[in-house]
Amino acid sequence: MDTKQYIDSGILELYVYGLLSETENMEIAALAKEYSEINDEIISIEKAIVALSSTFSPFHSVANYEKIKTKLELKHGKIVEMTPARSKYTYIGWAAAVVLLLGIGYQYQQLNETNNQVVEINSEKENLIKTVDSLGIKNKTIETSLAVIRDPKNTVVSLGGQTVSPASFAKIYWNKETKAVYVDASGLPKPPKGMVYQVWALKLAPVLTPTSIGLLTNFTANDQKIFEVSDTGFAEAFGITLEPEGGSVSPTMEQLYTLGKV
Amino acid sequence: MTQEELLVLIYSKDEKAFTHLYDMYSKSLFAVINTLVKNREEAEDVLQEVFVKIWKNIDSYHESKGRFYTWIINIARNTSIDKLRSKNFNNSQKNLSSDNFVNLLDDSNKLSHKIDAIGIQEFVKKLKPKCIQIIDLLFFKGYTQQEASEELAIPLGTVKTQNRNCINDLRLYLKL
Repeated sequence: MDTKQYIDSGILELYVYGLLSETENMEIAALAKEYSEINDEIISIEKAIVALSSTFSPFHSVANYEKIKTKLELKHGKIVEMTPARSKYTYIGWAAAVVLLLGIGYQYQQLNETNNQVVEINSEKENLIKTVDSLGIKNKTIETSLAVIRDPKNTVVSLGGQTVSPASFAKIYWNKETKAVYVDASGLPKPPKGMVYQVWALKLAPVLTPTSIGLLTNFTANDQKIFEVSDTGFAEAFGITLEPEGGSVSPTMEQLYTLGKV
Repeated sequence: MTQEELLVLIYSKDEKAFTHLYDMYSKSLFAVINTLVKNREEAEDVLQEVFVKIWKNIDSYHESKGRFYTWIINIARNTSIDKLRSKNFNNSQKNLSSDNFVNLLDDSNKLSHKIDAIGIQEFVKKLKPKCIQIIDLLFFKGYTQQEASEELAIPLGTVKTQNRNCINDLRLYLKL
């Protein structure tokens, strides 16, 4: 076959343009397979006409390219991506809800704690008020004691330690006008359990007559160790004995701790 | 990329295949569509339709029937003509013959390749008016040899060879 003559006839151009019949097309396709120079010629013609026509192509938008892709459902990949993305948002939503719940829970706990603190602080405050009150009372007592003791009309009687407890001492503040008697028992040891100190007003002549003027109850609890005992109009001496709880009718002389003359 | 390489990708329905197909031929197809459908918006619609047809009917194409490019150019021409018919452009045939693909250059600022366009404009000056007419009728508008010979008032036997000479001029310029 004279391929050159065939090529020069110009039929290959019409073949590329698509102007030939189906039969002619199939013939030429077969020839192109057989003769490489025919195939090469076809490809060159095609390149020339593609180049020419492409050059005259008006501008067309990128949006159109995207529209075509959408029409061809070539965006499947992206749609598939959307599904996990959507579920991701769902997770974020749930996570946000959980965080919110935890937040509310935490806030509620915080509120409870704060409320508890307020209650605690209130009770502490009440305790402090009570302490202040009791301190006030104590202070008043002490002031009263001091006032009593400092009263210039007082007769101060020092009681010295006796055989049972030579180191012991005590002081009696006796206001002869008011007859009030206070005992400073700071020099006495702590009484054994079940025992109590008993204070006696003594008449020495003609016979030693002891009269009980009171018990030093709550000895340990009394910080100042200053006790008010019963009023006394007449006494020549004072003595303190250790007696069984509740006191005795007459003093146990063997347990005489301190004694002093007025 | 050759036709064979492109077809392998297209048959595998690879998304890249479409991108290659579009890059290689969309301008050529769009130029053909625009010479037939003179409305830019309608031409874009036709282009969409053409690509959908190519993609959906790819199985009906066989290399034994001709070039792949030829197949898609025919789809572009036929779809454009269908569009014109549906719009009842009764006088379109006459109007079509009065202007040609070179008119697409009038709207030069809308050309996709301005730099190429400068070169091609010079080339168009060199290109014989006869060649512009014959390529326009045969390639762009899909006239048969018979129709072209009547339109150009040249003997039927010379249509093929005249067109061949014009393509040779073009190849010389493009070094193909």
